[in-house]
Amino acid sequence: MKHRYLPMTEQDQTEMLATVGAKSVEDLFADIPASVRYNGVLPMSGALDEPSMLRHMHRLADRNADADRFTSFLGAGIYDHHIPVVINHVISRSEFYTAYTPYQPEISQGELQAIFEFQSYICELTGMKVANASMYDGATALAEAAALASGATKRKRIVVSRTVHPEAREIVRTSARGLNLEVVEVGFRDGVTDLDELKKTIDDNTAAVLVQTPNFFGCIEDIRVIEPLIHEKKGLLVMSVNPLSLGLLESPGVLGADVVVGDAQPLGIPTSLGGPTCGFFAVTEALMRRIPGRIVGQTVDRNGKRGFVLTLQAREQHIRREKATSNICSNQALLALCASVYMSVMGKSGMQEVSLQNMRKAHYAAGRFPAGSPAFTAPFFNEFVVKLPGPADVHKVNAMLLKAGYIGGYDLGTDYPELKGHMLVAVTERRTKDEIDGFVREWEASAI
Amino acid sequence: MKPEKALIFELSHPGRVAYSLTECDVPQIEPASVIPEGMLRSKPAELPEVYEVDVIRHYTELSRRNFGIDNGFYPLGSCTMKYNPKINEDVARFPGFAKIHPYQPEESIQGALELLYTLQNDLAALTGMDQVTLQPAAGAHGEWTGLMLIRAYHESRGEKRTKVIVPDSSHGTNPASATVAGFETITIPSNERGLVDLNALRAVVGSDTAALMLTNPNTLGLFEQQIEQIAQIVHDAGGLLYYDGANSNAIMGITRPGDMGFDVVHLNLHKTMSTPHGGGGPGAGPVGVKSKLVPFLPKPIVGRREDGTYFWDTDRPQSIGRVKAYYGNFGILVRAYTYIRTYGPEGLRRVSENAVLNANYMMHRLAPYFEVPYPGVCKHEFVLSGKRLKTFGVRTLDVAKRLLDFGYHPPTVYFPLNVEECIMIEPTETESKETMDGFIDTMIQIVKEAETDPQLVLNAPYTTVVNRLDEATAARKPVLNCSC
Repeated sequence: MKHRYLPMTEQDQTEMLATVGAKSVEDLFADIPASVRYNGVLPMSGALDEPSMLRHMHRLADRNADADRFTSFLGAGIYDHHIPVVINHVISRSEFYTAYTPYQPEISQGELQAIFEFQSYICELTGMKVANASMYDGATALAEAAALASGATKRKRIVVSRTVHPEAREIVRTSARGLNLEVVEVGFRDGVTDLDELKKTIDDNTAAVLVQTPNFFGCIEDIRVIEPLIHEKKGLLVMSVNPLSLGLLESPGVLGADVVVGDAQPLGIPTSLGGPTCGFFAVTEALMRRIPGRIVGQTVDRNGKRGFVLTLQAREQHIRREKATSNICSNQALLALCASVYMSVMGKSGMQEVSLQNMRKAHYAAGRFPAGSPAFTAPFFNEFVVKLPGPADVHKVNAMLLKAGYIGGYDLGTDYPELKGHMLVAVTERRTKDEIDGFVREWEASAI
Repeated sequence: MKPEKALIFELSHPGRVAYSLTECDVPQIEPASVIPEGMLRSKPAELPEVYEVDVIRHYTELSRRNFGIDNGFYPLGSCTMKYNPKINEDVARFPGFAKIHPYQPEESIQGALELLYTLQNDLAALTGMDQVTLQPAAGAHGEWTGLMLIRAYHESRGEKRTKVIVPDSSHGTNPASATVAGFETITIPSNERGLVDLNALRAVVGSDTAALMLTNPNTLGLFEQQIEQIAQIVHDAGGLLYYDGANSNAIMGITRPGDMGFDVVHLNLHKTMSTPHGGGGPGAGPVGVKSKLVPFLPKPIVGRREDGTYFWDTDRPQSIGRVKAYYGNFGILVRAYTYIRTYGPEGLRRVSENAVLNANYMMHRLAPYFEVPYPGVCKHEFVLSGKRLKTFGVRTLDVAKRLLDFGYHPPTVYFPLNVEECIMIEPTETESKETMDGFIDTMIQIVKEAETDPQLVLNAPYTTVVNRLDEATAARKPVLNCSC
C-alpha cells in the first residue's frame, strides 16, 4: 500500500525488521492476546483519493447555509463579525499551528511571546491584573470560575442569573455535580437580573455570583448595583463578558469583578458551528495562584536576555495530579492567536469603532421593528429581543426567513418557556442599513 | 544569537491603524443617549497602534522563533506528533464549514450533521463502542466527561462508588479529572515489567470502586497483556473500565478497547487523527461508550431519520447534560473526518503498523547507548533511562537541550514518573527511516559528548534565540503581562 503520508518502502521495512530481529510486522504485535485481536476490516467510511476527497467535502459543505451566501441576524453567543484577512495568514504559519504546547521554551519563544501578548491584551481589555493562556470556551471558563470561587471562599453555593447563556448555565450545573456545589438560579425582570431576588438569594455561604453582561438577551446588567450585594457577603463577583463590547462598555476591573471570563469568538474567530472558539479567564492579583490552565511569564536567560516560559506550574495536573486546581491540560492557543492578531489589527481606535458600530446598527435595527415588538426596555449592546405578534412561531418564521436568504434570530422559547414567541436578534458591524431594512420587512411579512 | 524581539505593544505609534471597516451607514447614535454614562467605558483599552505591515512582520518573526512538525522531527512521547495534512486545513476553511452557526435551522446544516453522524459511527467502529459523543474539547475534557458518565451510571443503579484507580504510570490528567468529577484517586504501583500489578489491583478493588483508568498500550509503550484479567477483576467488583485513548496510534484496526473489555473510551483527535496541536490547542476528545452508558451521554448527539435527514437528538432524559457549549470543536472534527477518509480502515491499520515498527527500530538502535528499563517489543513509543550519563554530570534535561542545536524537538522527558531520568520517544508513522537514523546518530553523538566533554552538553543550547531560561524567578516573581 502506497500513501502520500507514509514513507515506509518494502526495503525500509525489511531492513528495519532485520535490525529489530523480527520476521514480520505481525511479530511486533505478538504481545496482544489473540482473544482481543480484531480480525477483518473495520466497518468504517472508505478511503478517498485527494481529488475525490475535495469533491466529497465540497458536496457536504454546499449543503450548509453559510454566512457568505445568507445574511445572518443570529447571535446568542456566536457572532458573524468581519474577520480581518491577515488573521488567516498568521494562523496558517505552520510554525504556529503544527507546534505542541511550548514545553521547550528555547525553541518556542514565538508561541510563548504570542501567549504573553494575549494575556496582556485580555488584561488591558478587561481591566484585570492577571489572565491565563485561554480556556476551551467561554462556557467552560464560567464553570471553572465557579470552581475557583468555591475553592477560594471555601463555600459551596453558586448563585447564577437566568440571564446567563443557557448552555453556560447547563455546563456550570454539570460541572457542579462533580464538585458537589449547589447552584441556585435567580430570575430576571425587564431583560436584566432581578436585583431584589438576587439580594435575597445571596447568603453567607455564597461563593460567587455569576452574571453575564451584555447578558443572553443582549441587555447590559447594572454591575454597579450587583457588585456590593455579593462583596458585602464576602463572596466573589464573576463576570462573563463579550470582549467586543469592551470597546464601548466599562471594564469589569473598574466595576469590581474578581473573576472575568468570556468567549473570544467575536475577536476574529470563525463561527464554525460554534467551535473551536477560545475562552479567556482573568482574575485579580489576589487570585493569581488559583487560576486554572496554562500561564506564560516573562523571565531572562543565562545571558540576561528577555524570554518567556510556562510558569506557576505548581497549580497544574502534570505536577499536582489529583491535587491540581483543574484537570485542564490544553488551551486554545491557535484561537488565542486569532484574538491577539484581531486586537493588534483593530488597535486602540478600531476596538472602539467596531464596538460603537455594533451598538449603533443594533439600535437602528431595533427601531425598525413595529412599535411594541421590542420586549425589554433595559439598555442593550448589539443584540435585542423582539416579540412576535400573536400566535406566530419563531421556528416557522425562521424557516420563511431562510427561504428569503436570511438566517433569523434565536428562538428564546427553547430555553425560557415564558419567552415563547420571542426572538433574539443580533446585529453586527457586518450588516448594512439595506440588509437591516430588508430583514425587518421580511420578518414582518413572515410573522404577521 | 538574535536580538530581543519587541512586544507588539512596543511597536505602537499613535495615529497608525491596521483595520478597515465599512463606514457606518446608520444614524450616528450617541452612546450616552441609549446607555447610562456609568456603564460606558471611562478610559479606552491601551491597545497598540500599528499598521498592517507591522502586524504581519511581527507575527512572522514570532513564527520564526517557534518549532512545529513542519520544521522537523518532533518525537515527543505520548503526544503523537504526526504530520498534519494540508488538505485538512483547506477543507475546514470552506465557508460551508467555517461560516455556519450552531443555532441555524437543522435543515440549513444537513451537510455538517451528516459529517458528524458519520464521524460518530466511524469512531464507534474504531473503538468497539456503541455510541460516541463528539462534544469534549480535549483529552482531559473527555476523561472528565467519561467519569461523569460512570458516576451517572452507578448512581442510576443506586450505588455510591467513590474511588477511581489509576496506575502510577498514568497521565497526570487522569487523577486530576477524577478529582473534578468528585472521585477519590487510588494510585497503584506497576510491576517489574512496567504493567499493572494484578495483586495490587485486587488489593484495592471493592464495592467502592467506580472505575479503573488505563492507557493501553500504557505510557511506557507496553501492551497490558493481562487486560482481560484486569477487566474481569474490575467488573467482578462492579466497577467500570475507562480507556485513556492517548496511545491509540498503536492499535488502530489491530485491537479495540471495546473488545478488551473497556466500557468508556476517549480519543485525542489531535494525536491519533492528525489534527494540529496549534501550539497547545484546540483539540477534540470524543468519548465512546458501551450500550449500558448510552442513556447518560451529553446531549445532543446527532441522529438520522428514516428519510435520510439528520437532526440534533436532544430528547435524552438521563443525559448528564452538556459538557461544552454548542456541539464540540466542529472545525477539528472536520479535519479528523477528512483524515479518516484519507486512509480508510485498512490505511489506518497500516498507520499503526508503521508507527509500531518505527518505534521498535529506534529502540533497538538506541538500546546500546541508554538503558532500556523494559526490554521486549514496544508499541508506538518506548522509554529509555538516561541515568548512566549522570556519572558524567549530564542529565536527561541536558541531552534534550543539546538536541535543540541539531534542529530536533526533544522527546518527552521525566515522564512517566516511575522511570529515572526518563526519555520517552514516539516517532509516529509519518517519519522516514533516514529521519530516524539522523536523529539516532545525533543521540549517539550527544552520548559521546557527555562522556568526553560534558560541559559542551551542559551549556547547550547554543543555536536558539534564547539560552536556558530562569524558570525559578519566573514563578517566584511572576511577570504575566506587559503592564505588570
